[in-house]
Amino acid sequence: MDPKHTDEMLKHIKVYIFVFISLAVLTLLTVTASHLQLSHTMHIVVAMAIATLKATLVGLFFMHLIHEKKMIYGLLFFTGIAFLVLIFVTFFTDMNMLRSTLFH
Amino acid sequence: MSAEIHYIDQPHPLTGVTNNKLAMWCFLASEVMLFGGLFSAYILLRSGNANWPHGSELLNIPLATVNTMILITSSVTMVMAWASLMMHKFNRFRGYLFVTILLACCFLVVKGFEYAHKFEHHIGPSTNNFYGIYFTLTGLHGLHIIGGIAVLTYFLVTSKGHYEKNPTLLAGRIEAVGLYWHFVDLVWIFLFPALYLL
Repeated sequence: MDPKHTDEMLKHIKVYIFVFISLAVLTLLTVTASHLQLSHTMHIVVAMAIATLKATLVGLFFMHLIHEKKMIYGLLFFTGIAFLVLIFVTFFTDMNMLRSTLFH
Repeated sequence: MSAEIHYIDQPHPLTGVTNNKLAMWCFLASEVMLFGGLFSAYILLRSGNANWPHGSELLNIPLATVNTMILITSSVTMVMAWASLMMHKFNRFRGYLFVTILLACCFLVVKGFEYAHKFEHHIGPSTNNFYGIYFTLTGLHGLHIIGGIAVLTYFLVTSKGHYEKNPTLLAGRIEAVGLYWHFVDLVWIFLFPALYLL
């Protein structure tokens, strides 16, 4: 094994441990934040911001997206757009009609 | 006609990545759509109901927090398994893989306790829309954990032979399994606040 390669892997491992600690701290932070006296909207914003930060850490470092090939970025770009459409399409729903369909 | 799959242990000249890594990312893209559709359904159900219950009143947050920690730890041991393999430390790789499987089983046991507690009180997916989406999302996620355990166990059992034959190929396959495992962790990172905390 190339010693240079091992050195590089050891550097990666240090990053993985740092990410692990960050994820644990952020998990405790999101639970603590849920007990704070905030408006419902603020609760959603805080919880989703922390979750997005955690997901970014996992994606960038554990899934090696920080140094990936263009092909994968391209694939994820279109996946991201399709995902956003799926989520944002719910904002354009006629809630009154939905309520009457679902609950009456 | 040869049944051999090319570019599985070296990058394809056109894509710059191995075919198995590209295939795993394509699969994960479809998984994003699967879970994305259900998240979308969750948002619709929730915003359409003015009396939607607060997850923290119905679900066990300390237990779910422990489970979140278990899953995060399993993601670290997974990436450490891959890093060990990259450094040709085969026994350490097997150790980390074993711990990852163990943590995944712990997650399922804790989840099992949560489910059992609900069933004892005659609460199921048909109780109301909250439990309907709760059981659908956590159940689908649980199935992904079971799938992960199956694949990780396969590699724990057979990796010695693969390693002696082609260590680069094995490292690539472990990286691909790792991508799947981190994705399952990533889904839980969103499920936990969405179902339990909000």
